[in-house]
Amino acid sequence: MLLRLRGISKSFGSVQALSQVDLDVPAGTVTALVGDNGAGKSTLIKAISGISPPDSGEIVWKGHEVHVRTPRDATALGIATVYQDLALCDNLDIVQNMWLGHERLRHGLLDETTMERETRQALADLSVVTVRSVRQVVGSLSGGQRQAVAVAKAVMGKAELVIMDEPTAALGVTQTAMVLDVIGQLASRGIAVIVISHNLADVFAVAERVAVMYLGRIAGQGSLSDYDTQRVVELITTGGDSRAFAAGVASAGGSGARLPGRD
Amino acid sequence: MSAQGPGSGSGSTGVEEPSPPAGGAPAAGGVAPLANGAQPSGTPSGSAPLGSFVSLWLRQVRSGESSVLPVVAGFIVLVIIFQTESAVFLSAGNLTNLLVQGATFVLLGMAEVFVLLLGEIDLSIGYNAAVGGTAMALLASQPNPVPWPLAILVGLAVSAFFGVLQGTLITRLGLPSFIVTLAGLLGLEGVLLALLDLNGAAAGGVVQVTSNVISDLVNGNLDNVAGWIVTAALVAVFGTLSIRRDRFRRTNGLHAPPVYVTLAKVVLAAAAGFVLVAICNTNRGSVASPVTGVPWVVLILAAFIASYTFLLGRTRFGRYVYAIGGNPEAARRAGVSLARIRTICFGLSGFTAAAGGIIYASRLGSISSDFDGGSYVLYAVAAAVIGGTSLFGGRGKMIHAVLGGVIIATIYNGLGLLNLSAAVQYMVVALVLLAAVILDALARRQQRVTGR
Repeated sequence: MLLRLRGISKSFGSVQALSQVDLDVPAGTVTALVGDNGAGKSTLIKAISGISPPDSGEIVWKGHEVHVRTPRDATALGIATVYQDLALCDNLDIVQNMWLGHERLRHGLLDETTMERETRQALADLSVVTVRSVRQVVGSLSGGQRQAVAVAKAVMGKAELVIMDEPTAALGVTQTAMVLDVIGQLASRGIAVIVISHNLADVFAVAERVAVMYLGRIAGQGSLSDYDTQRVVELITTGGDSRAFAAGVASAGGSGARLPGRD
Repeated sequence: MSAQGPGSGSGSTGVEEPSPPAGGAPAAGGVAPLANGAQPSGTPSGSAPLGSFVSLWLRQVRSGESSVLPVVAGFIVLVIIFQTESAVFLSAGNLTNLLVQGATFVLLGMAEVFVLLLGEIDLSIGYNAAVGGTAMALLASQPNPVPWPLAILVGLAVSAFFGVLQGTLITRLGLPSFIVTLAGLLGLEGVLLALLDLNGAAAGGVVQVTSNVISDLVNGNLDNVAGWIVTAALVAVFGTLSIRRDRFRRTNGLHAPPVYVTLAKVVLAAAAGFVLVAICNTNRGSVASPVTGVPWVVLILAAFIASYTFLLGRTRFGRYVYAIGGNPEAARRAGVSLARIRTICFGLSGFTAAAGGIIYASRLGSISSDFDGGSYVLYAVAAAVIGGTSLFGGRGKMIHAVLGGVIIATIYNGLGLLNLSAAVQYMVVALVLLAAVILDALARRQQRVTGR
């Protein structure tokens, strides 16, 4: 197991944003993290990526307990996060964006040759073929292309886990397909991906595992083959699962079968 | 001389310098296949055929990516108007004079480009220029003058210090640059008056430039032959570097313009250099006491443009300046120290402004409380924006300040020749500035439409 969360809790004042979250992320798989607004998806992501560390609980990375206090810690471990706003500079071209902050230098000057080659390679590795030129400014790219550039940038280092926050929100059909393809490419290269999504069609298209959050806890998680759309929707909306007892798989989070009432 | 004399003249430095870093500078002229990214084209483009290069470039111009073309077109129109109205306009003497007049605008414009690229503004550079120029003039003209290089260095350092001071206040305390540099504008006018008072009441608030060397910075000329040699050498270096660089990129399958474009650029630079030297080497004095040669200040400007273009296009610092201007949050997340880069930019702005002040003092032979720093800073902003630098950050090049500065100088020079009143001059500059800002806004809107 690449990443294992145990008993992660986080509260903001009197609001319990995360309570006793357990989550397993195997290497090289795509895990979809779904849940309604306010269910705690973003808070959980921020806990993993070091933006807002949890109050309690353990993060186990490749079998060792680690402390992720800052985004830098997460990057050092190999956890890359692609936020919804992508954090790209529209006025810079693809190469410049990809290397922003860790430019290759040669004799103290920017080594455009190496950076351009490796950028092209990185995009090719993700099967991004629609980009006309890596010297195109990012502002002129389509939404899907921008997403692809942001992903390529994130995995340019030695990322082993990529977290993507709503990568297909606001994208058209073609663009969504392209982004889902990029996600599939990541997994096939052995990189684990956590995708936050509202779009269940996307989830079922690309994910192998699913984790459903409800009011700050994991309502159910497991292999996607054990879930169908109706069951996921039920977990998202009620936090409960009428078939959980029968199937017996939804309780990996420890609370899968409970009713929507508070603990 | 052709109608494009002064344009291509000052352009010789310009056409010449920004090109080496073209691959690095965002939206650089050499970066051809822009926009229209949705066509699946399998192979990422290396060298594009000439036809598609031109069409992409035209699209780039239309979408506001390449703002140099409309500026040059506007400039040519101005030149034609002025030459039709006044036969003196295109005379060698007037064109050289125009170049020299424009030098201060160009330097102040470049100072402003550094902060405009960040999406900030520096209102203080007018008086900061005067303070640097006055510090230099005072040191070089006291009873025991210090050596002229030291005087110049101190002048530059004083203004750079004020720039860094303002930058520090803006970044460390998170104050808006508009207000901090507005305070700088007022405070530095006070500093200017205080410095002028140091010279004693008898001098009447004027410091004379007594050093011949400093006076020659603007008023001295290169020998005719030396002008040819220096220009030929500069063109040769530029040509060799850009041809070699583009060939390297082409053979390695990297993004590069087609060979014709590279050659055209070099030929253009050579032609511009030729025209510039030819104009400057024409006698502009009388038959009895001829005056010829390229003014030193042209070489000084060339050096500034070359080094700043290099700094912005080829170094990490330059990359970060553009990144902060484009999306400060993205730059911050990438680990860029926003405070440091911003402070350095304000320092460079002060430094460059001082160079403008020194050139001003050199040209007039003195500097006094008559210096209107308030107007100068506005012309500096106007020069940068007219040339094509965005007020909103992230888009612009040093060459823009050159184009804009020369255009402002042209308007002043031309309207002066036509004996038009100051009232008309102000209104014309206002219209040109408005036109430039409208172009900028349209370019941004176009980008928003084509982006996504």
